[in-house]
Amino acid sequence: MSDALAANRPVHDAANVDTEQYLTFQLAEQEYGIDILRVQEIKGWDKPTRIPRSPPHVLGVINLRGAVVPVIDLRTRFGLEPPVYGTTTVVIVVRVQSEERELTAGIVVDAVCEVCNVTQQELHPPPDVAGGLDQDFVKGLAMVDERMLILLRVDRLINASVLEGAAAQAA
Amino acid sequence: MTIDLTQFHESFYEESFEAIASMEDALLQLRIGMPDPATVNTIFRVAHSIKGGAATFGFNEITSFTHTLETLLDELRAQRMQVSQQISDLLLKSVDVLRDMLRAQQYGKPADAQAVVDLQFDLELVVAQKGPAPSAVLPRWRIEFRPFLQLLSRGNDPLRMFCELAELGDLAVTSDVSAIPPLAEMDPENCYIHWTLELQTAAPREAIAQAFDWAEGDCELSIEPLEPVSVSVATNVVPPALQAAPAPVAAESAATVVAIESAAPPAAPHPVEQAVKSAGAAGGYSSSIRVSIEKIDELMNNVGELVITQSMLSQIGNAFHGPQGERLRAGLMQLERSVRELQESVMRVRMVPISFVFSRFPRMVRDLSQRLGKSVELKMTGGETEFDKTVLEKIGDPLVHLVRNGIDHGIETRQVRLARGKPETGTLHLHAYHRGGNITVEVSEDGAGLKREKILAKAKSKNLVAPDVELTDAQVNELIFLPGFSTADQATDVSGRGVGMDVVRRNIEELGGTVEIRSEEGKGSRFIINLPLTLAIVDGQIISVDGERYIVPLTAIVESQQLRPGMIQPVVGHGEVLSFRGEYLPVLRLPEVFGCGAGARDNSGLVMVVEGDGRRVGICVDELMEQQQVVVKALETNYQRVDGVAGATILGDGSVALILDIAGLSRRPVDRVAA
Repeated sequence: MSDALAANRPVHDAANVDTEQYLTFQLAEQEYGIDILRVQEIKGWDKPTRIPRSPPHVLGVINLRGAVVPVIDLRTRFGLEPPVYGTTTVVIVVRVQSEERELTAGIVVDAVCEVCNVTQQELHPPPDVAGGLDQDFVKGLAMVDERMLILLRVDRLINASVLEGAAAQAA
Repeated sequence: MTIDLTQFHESFYEESFEAIASMEDALLQLRIGMPDPATVNTIFRVAHSIKGGAATFGFNEITSFTHTLETLLDELRAQRMQVSQQISDLLLKSVDVLRDMLRAQQYGKPADAQAVVDLQFDLELVVAQKGPAPSAVLPRWRIEFRPFLQLLSRGNDPLRMFCELAELGDLAVTSDVSAIPPLAEMDPENCYIHWTLELQTAAPREAIAQAFDWAEGDCELSIEPLEPVSVSVATNVVPPALQAAPAPVAAESAATVVAIESAAPPAAPHPVEQAVKSAGAAGGYSSSIRVSIEKIDELMNNVGELVITQSMLSQIGNAFHGPQGERLRAGLMQLERSVRELQESVMRVRMVPISFVFSRFPRMVRDLSQRLGKSVELKMTGGETEFDKTVLEKIGDPLVHLVRNGIDHGIETRQVRLARGKPETGTLHLHAYHRGGNITVEVSEDGAGLKREKILAKAKSKNLVAPDVELTDAQVNELIFLPGFSTADQATDVSGRGVGMDVVRRNIEELGGTVEIRSEEGKGSRFIINLPLTLAIVDGQIISVDGERYIVPLTAIVESQQLRPGMIQPVVGHGEVLSFRGEYLPVLRLPEVFGCGAGARDNSGLVMVVEGDGRRVGICVDELMEQQQVVVKALETNYQRVDGVAGATILGDGSVALILDIAGLSRRPVDRVAA
């Protein structure tokens, strides 16, 4: 870790309004971050119950202490190579705002990493990359400890993933 | 210190709406021309408490309106006026207006001021025009009541007698206390007081004497008529200055009450307690509390989790051996019992008597029959039958449709009924009762019944039925549930537009219920609605198909059979049929229907014949597992509705299983053919 960054840290930790905390996770060699305020809990991977005629990225539903919660596979959602579910595979349970209600959903990722502070200055708008990630889901890029983080708009991501199922079904 | 009153608004509205509902109930019990002081009193009290509440919060329009209403009610209460059809209508209208005003206030919208003013004027006019009603020159009676000393020890209570008299009319009491001895010589069980009462009433002398029946032999009694005092009519006919008139009336009645109470003998046993008792009985206090449905749902969820955890522990407990294991299992058994009881108790909390839904019908039937010029008597039985709240909320609309149809299409006009040799007044009967694990609600009337030929002709003209098909009576009756079907010659604003019966059926089926018709032409129709006790719990059969477990509601299962070669026959293309007891049924293979992994078709398992929406289908099943009561969870909460799936549940091992929507699934193949 460079001295400059280390010196910077305490400034971020202070109640700086520009600082946001992100939970970062690993997905196919790349690190992503989501707003930590959206994260409800992290669960170990367990095979979900399949839902009829769901889009491929909706793996099914799981029991979250009595609630029935859909699980979305991010690798499939982002069109990455198919997932291999191993010991580090976890489900991050997020609670997001949808148009008229609050949704709880799980997202399957390869592994969780850490909690990062990102300031407004460190946040860069997403570049126009042809193909790959849906621009709509990316809030920005950030360099933290010389690693690049892709920060996701988790509300949009979950809403689109769950609602897309409806579109697929109606068709 | 200032208190923010707005925090109490919500409960004021809630209580007022409830109060208005009970007012409406009481109003409907009033019979024209029959004095019923108890009922009028109930109505008066309700109006009064709304007025009080509204005044506290500064809702001036409501206060002013209820005040006018109160004036009329007070006249009725004091029997200075009789309940006429006009007054009964006015009072019912007032209930509507009051409800609108409250609603407008609640949502901060302006009320229909004109309607309020008009009605208020009408109410005042009625009071002003009471004129030389028979009550204006009621005979007055002078009652001399001289009890003997032992009156009280014989169990008589002068206060109660006077209260009884006060119900007959205006009562003024004066007491003569001259005979009371000095305190030292006084026997507290003796009655030393004499009373002179003046009563103005329409009641005959016998009715007055009746109040003293029990004191016979314990008193001297004389009841004599006084010269009738004619009430000066002239002063009353002048329309009162809007707010001034009621005041003296109220004061007068208050004075009467005070007079009675102050005249109560000192030895009268516990007058306070008595007052409390009568107030309690009349006010309908019950030891209940108001709890929001969310809290109960939360409780339900927690209990549901507890049930799952408990069955998880039971499974683990079975793996332990030795004496420790024995004790563990005994403890777990006890836990299971307690959890089950807890679950049942919580379920009962959600149960509400169907009278909550029934209560809207007296008014509706009254208004409708008046509008249509028919004479209808409404009978309601089984109002105490309890439903789950969620079921109750959704059964209201279908019932309203059925009742409306029954009056509009079913029951004939007076002339027609008389011509057909039926009693002039038609009867509409709402009946609720438990049957097995279900609840049945019947709506029946003794009207015209369904006209088979007319329905059939209509169906054929609309191409709903092929012209040369022979249908049974039951099949013909089923036709009225088709969308867009109406045989009414003319669409009225009540019914006949052909929307309704299909919605009724759909609503009931969404609740997991069924509806059937029994009808006889000329004698009437009966709609029988079968509903599950609750939506929250389903008795299910767990089945395993292609490695997934599903729940089939037990009520939908007709039977299950081991598949034998030849039972399933391929038909044109990709379809398959099952030959089942002489019928050919469509076959569903869940992996194909649900689009999750279509393996080779395997005819080695079982076939389960299920029925939904009146259609039977066979479902191929790998294995039948246990039967279990499952708690239904909506998939929509975090996901969305899925065709063919009624919901999800959590099994004993903590995994999620989907509950099949048999009605939806049995519809699918037909849809596919149509498409």
